[in-house]
Amino acid sequence: MAIELNGKTYETDEEGYLADLSQWDEDIATYMANDDDIELTDAHWEVINFLREYYEEYQIAPAVRVLTKAIGKKLGKDKGNSKYLYQLFPYGPAKQACKFGGLPKPTGCV
Amino acid sequence: MSETKKMLYINRNAPYGTIYALEGLEVVLIGAAFEQDVSMAFIGDGVYQILKGQDTSDSDMKNFSPTYNALGDYEVTKLYVEQESLDERGLTVDDLMPLVYEDEDDDWAEKPSIVVLSRTELAGVMAGQDVLFNF
Repeated sequence: MAIELNGKTYETDEEGYLADLSQWDEDIATYMANDDDIELTDAHWEVINFLREYYEEYQIAPAVRVLTKAIGKKLGKDKGNSKYLYQLFPYGPAKQACKFGGLPKPTGCV
Repeated sequence: MSETKKMLYINRNAPYGTIYALEGLEVVLIGAAFEQDVSMAFIGDGVYQILKGQDTSDSDMKNFSPTYNALGDYEVTKLYVEQESLDERGLTVDDLMPLVYEDEDDDWAEKPSIVVLSRTELAGVMAGQDVLFNF
């Protein structure tokens, strides 16, 4: 599968995750979010950027439990809980935010 | 809630060339979500998995060694390394990545995850487990 956007072709897998991480840019993130009926706000970007940094450092997308704890530590307790994160990413914070961030599906995510 | 089991994942293979190391690591990360008492052992060529300064640019395999640093986040905080296996390969603990975890009960203090044990001591650790997995 592929997404055509602004004259660029983005290859994706069967679940809509980017096939090539290096192709990621903010336009494709916004496009994927709109496709899921989400308008990306600063709060969304905070989580997406956090995930991208985590991936850069550890070469994996964290499981949701690990993400929640790490967000709480970095961005404050009021954000490090599943209620807040699910409000931003209703299909699952790790799964959906990773998709918008151009990262693979988190290890162990079914 | 079922009772917590002690599970030891035993890593015996070099990181690249086979998929044992990467697959084993993924199983550990997935298994850690089930809140069991998970630890890992590195024996034989398995000690090469946590060697410092890995570079796979000349091969087709991704360098997944940074992922071992994430184990602490997954509450996998006991990484046993066999002293004899290091000795036989001319390695010391200083050749290994300085893997740490943050102790939630001690104001997030960073503590080393790697514990070097003799073959006899490691056999004792194995005997105390409920489940052993070999990779």
